[in-house]
Amino acid sequence: MDEILRVENLNFEYPDAPVLRDVSFTLNKGDFLGIIGANGAGKSTLIKLILNLLPCPKGAITLFGEDISSFKDAHKIGYVSQKSNAFAKNFPATVEEVVAANLYSQKKLFSRYTRADRERVRDVLSRVGMDGYLDKPIGKLSGGQQQRVFIARALVAEPELLLMDEPTSGVDAANAAAITDIITDLNSRGMTIVMTNHDTPALFKISSVLLIFCEHGNGEFVKKTDLTLDEVNDIFAGRRKHHHA
Amino acid sequence: MPDIFSQGFMLRAFLAAGIIALVSPCIGTTLVLKRLSAIGDATSHSALAGIAFGLMIGINPILGAILFSIFAVLGIETLRRAFKGYGEIATVVVMSAGIGLAAVLSRFTSSASSLDSFMFGSVIAISDFDLWLTAALGVAVAAVSLILRKELFFVTFDEEAAKLAGVPTHTVNLVIMALTAVTVSVASRIVGALMISSLLVIPVAAAMMLAKSYKQTILISILLAEAFTIGGLFVSYYADLSPGGTIVLIGVIFLSVTALATRKRRM
Repeated sequence: MDEILRVENLNFEYPDAPVLRDVSFTLNKGDFLGIIGANGAGKSTLIKLILNLLPCPKGAITLFGEDISSFKDAHKIGYVSQKSNAFAKNFPATVEEVVAANLYSQKKLFSRYTRADRERVRDVLSRVGMDGYLDKPIGKLSGGQQQRVFIARALVAEPELLLMDEPTSGVDAANAAAITDIITDLNSRGMTIVMTNHDTPALFKISSVLLIFCEHGNGEFVKKTDLTLDEVNDIFAGRRKHHHA
Repeated sequence: MPDIFSQGFMLRAFLAAGIIALVSPCIGTTLVLKRLSAIGDATSHSALAGIAFGLMIGINPILGAILFSIFAVLGIETLRRAFKGYGEIATVVVMSAGIGLAAVLSRFTSSASSLDSFMFGSVIAISDFDLWLTAALGVAVAAVSLILRKELFFVTFDEEAAKLAGVPTHTVNLVIMALTAVTVSVASRIVGALMISSLLVIPVAAAMMLAKSYKQTILISILLAEAFTIGGLFVSYYADLSPGGTIVLIGVIFLSVTALATRKRRM
């Protein structure tokens, strides 16, 4: 199995509160990790630590066999943030400009945006069901359509690991279902996924492994096949502790 | 009334204005879209202190303006980090320092009228050296903006995503600040230090109402800035008005008309 992500004894605290305590897990190629937890449990913090957007004070994070402090292959990781669509709605940018921006990780300083790049942008937009939106202003799209564009932006760099923080938050039911289908399809093609979501049943359905935060930080890493949804809810509610075999 | 192009100083003014109108929107687009428009104001007031300093010690005032503007933008960037989440505090502190210093140093300049000409802009005072300096720095700002266009867009639209893609965001932010300092300094001669921030913001604000993309916003704002400055020079020459003020007022009138004309489309 190709190891993609390893988190070992990770601890993190903000000045006013501890968030993550002794979190450890390993993801291999093709795994789909669903992170379940209440608000403030540390789900987004964990994703930011994996992305090296926050300093990692205690513990270790390894990406593709390399410590995150020296990891440089930005294009291997895609990220869809909870607040991707928090930009000003009258920001003058087209869907094409937004998606193409993320080709940066594979471009040099003086390189130009080529016809092949445009085809790549068209292709990823097609994969997220946004054909024909290339020249549309990003601010004129609905929240769900914008979120699909941000998934396309993450995909254009052809990542091997995709991290998504509440990608269906604030999105209408039809778009949420479409986004779930896109993510499931990506995973079935071998992409490793890490995703947080408040909708535990939905996340339980599509993920292969789960990290459950019952209260501040003590994440339980379990294989979905070991548990039923009711047992997951019990761990989440602190009524049960899972014992690894 | 003599023909406008028979006057050597007006030819220099048109050339300098054309260069300033080309580079102002290049950096103005980034400032407006990153919601840093007030930095133009803070930098221009610091530039004024540099102009007073240049006049006081007898060096070219634009060089003094560049020096003080660079200190100002570095100060803003440092203070923005100290007041994370309240970045506007940094802008106000630096602007206050610039105004205070300009007021103190102005007492030591030999000619109050020279300082006035930099505050409100002047076409008569543009020397050959000013023109060459404007051309050289204008080409530098335009070239850097063109070379870093991918990085500037990405950092402006989503700084976090840009950082994850490997864009050196801290360096790009420093470059934005340096380009702002240079643009404000060279423009203070003709448009006036107190009015240059308008030229950074107004053409971009009008272009945002007309453009459908980032690329279009930059191109339209350059065309508008050229139209405002060249139109402003013509009007100010024949109506005997202040050139900087006329350029800015033409821009404000155009922006108001555009806002009214496009209000339905933007709703």
